[in-house]
Amino acid sequence: MMSLGSTWQRLRQNRTVMICGGLLFGVVVVACIGPLVSPNDYLQTDFDNLLSPPTVTDMQVFGTDDLGRDLFVRSMLGVRVTIVIAVVASAVSLVIGVIYGAVAGFVGGRVDAVMMRFVDTLYALPFIFFVILLMVAFERNFLLIFVAIGAINWLDMARIVRGQTLSLREREFVAAARVTGVSAPRIIFRHIAPNLMGVVIVYVTLTIPQAILVESFLSFLGLGIQEPQTSLGALVNAGVNQMEGAPWMLLIPAALLASILFCCNFLGDAMRDVFDARHTA
Amino acid sequence: MLRYTVLRVLGAIPTLLLVIVLAFLMVHAAPGGPFDDERVLPPEIEANIAKKYHLDEPLHRQFLRYLGGVVQGDLGPSYSYRDHTVSELIGGALPLSLHLGALAMLLSLIVGVTAGTAAALRKNTVLDRTVMALAMTGISIPVFVVAPVLVLVLAVYLQWLPAGWSGNAGGARYLLPVVSLALPQIAYIARLTRASMIDVLASDFIRTARAQGLGTIAIVRYHALKPAMLPVLSYMGPAVAAILTGSVVVEEIFGIPGLGQLFVRGALNRDYTLVLGIVIFYATLIILLNLLVDILYAVIDPRVRQR
Repeated sequence: MMSLGSTWQRLRQNRTVMICGGLLFGVVVVACIGPLVSPNDYLQTDFDNLLSPPTVTDMQVFGTDDLGRDLFVRSMLGVRVTIVIAVVASAVSLVIGVIYGAVAGFVGGRVDAVMMRFVDTLYALPFIFFVILLMVAFERNFLLIFVAIGAINWLDMARIVRGQTLSLREREFVAAARVTGVSAPRIIFRHIAPNLMGVVIVYVTLTIPQAILVESFLSFLGLGIQEPQTSLGALVNAGVNQMEGAPWMLLIPAALLASILFCCNFLGDAMRDVFDARHTA
Repeated sequence: MLRYTVLRVLGAIPTLLLVIVLAFLMVHAAPGGPFDDERVLPPEIEANIAKKYHLDEPLHRQFLRYLGGVVQGDLGPSYSYRDHTVSELIGGALPLSLHLGALAMLLSLIVGVTAGTAAALRKNTVLDRTVMALAMTGISIPVFVVAPVLVLVLAVYLQWLPAGWSGNAGGARYLLPVVSLALPQIAYIARLTRASMIDVLASDFIRTARAQGLGTIAIVRYHALKPAMLPVLSYMGPAVAAILTGSVVVEEIFGIPGLGQLFVRGALNRDYTLVLGIVIFYATLIILLNLLVDILYAVIDPRVRQR
């Protein structure tokens, strides 16, 4: 296990991590404080100022949409949704995946075989269509979207964690805990789980862009976040309808979404190189 | 080989059943009935409608009736397209989507494998880095961002290609939808090919071939390509799923009257039976293709059969 300090050192030396991490951090900061600083409101329509291109007056740096609403504030709200989805969905997939994988790996034997067979079965399902089905059957509920997206992404996590647990449970410190009479749940949570952190962090970074992608996909189709709330996917969709007259309405949210996903993917790959020795070799 | 095939086919049946049960329960757990949005009807008429669509039966009865229909290819009546059954609607929209999907798959295989092989042969050069950076970009940018941006640049500004589907004839209207669908898959396949090609090229039998004086092209074509394609082959299942997902947005953006558009319309109109039917259809398609890939894999790689 690497110490925290040396891990940070290695991350700092990796240029990709620093650049992508810095960019993401910048976007998050602007999304958090931008709407507070801006004189405009995400709901305020202005019919004298429809589809106006980006200007510096009134801080309308991204222009306005077809109802005269300020696109900067709306885009930043979209980024906030993206941040929330990244946090909630990865937390859900983390909790389910780690518990499921650690239990399967630790108990082993037939239980493990059955649990992993179930994961294999779920792997074959086109989950995104099930999420859409869920959105059709129930009201398009904010929380439901988040939980559903988290519930898609735990499969990879469960597999990885199981693999790690299988090797960890043969180690001396687990044997020592067993001999001294520590109960199985306690061994899993107190002794095995902390040692899984490196791998878990890497795979969380890799699931974040997937969760963001699913949310924006749903919102693009009109099945996700509903008006007057907005998300980057919904903004791209609105931009598609106005692209000939007001290309900024398409290009700005599209560029934001693409660069967030790009940075997350690059960050995930780089983290895997730093943490996972097999991939560096 | 036969034993392996039979086992695989039997293994796919529980998955299919799980799909149907899950999808059916999700729709039936929805609060309210499918006709609740319409004007208030006298109770007798409501009872009649419920009877016609068998909504008055207990859930397990409804499920068995539905399952019996699905096995025979009957997915029930559509709730919003009143004169059509779901199977008819799917059958009408499917050919166009299949066409687009198959073209996109073909394009991604050709371009992806070529780019990945080139990057592997020129490992750690400018070419390799460029291909990999492009691949990362392709993976990161979602289809619904690529497609409209391509339309804006190539159709609206440069006017090289038609922007929409209807009102345009000929092969040119296929170009933008197929390319938008294929781009992310090209990126994935290029990465997979590069990684496995590098592995294969480092193995002993390639060194032997080289020692015998074979040229690079002959080595790749006759010795390295087949083993290097195994990871790509196992990616075909997820690739088909991704292209299906992509086709939903691509058909929406370009106004193509295919299965994806039917699905989105159904979802927005809350046409429960239509959406349920299409989800089951998609899932079956993906499971069958995964099955086919597994069997093909065993044909190519005899080691798999032994397990």
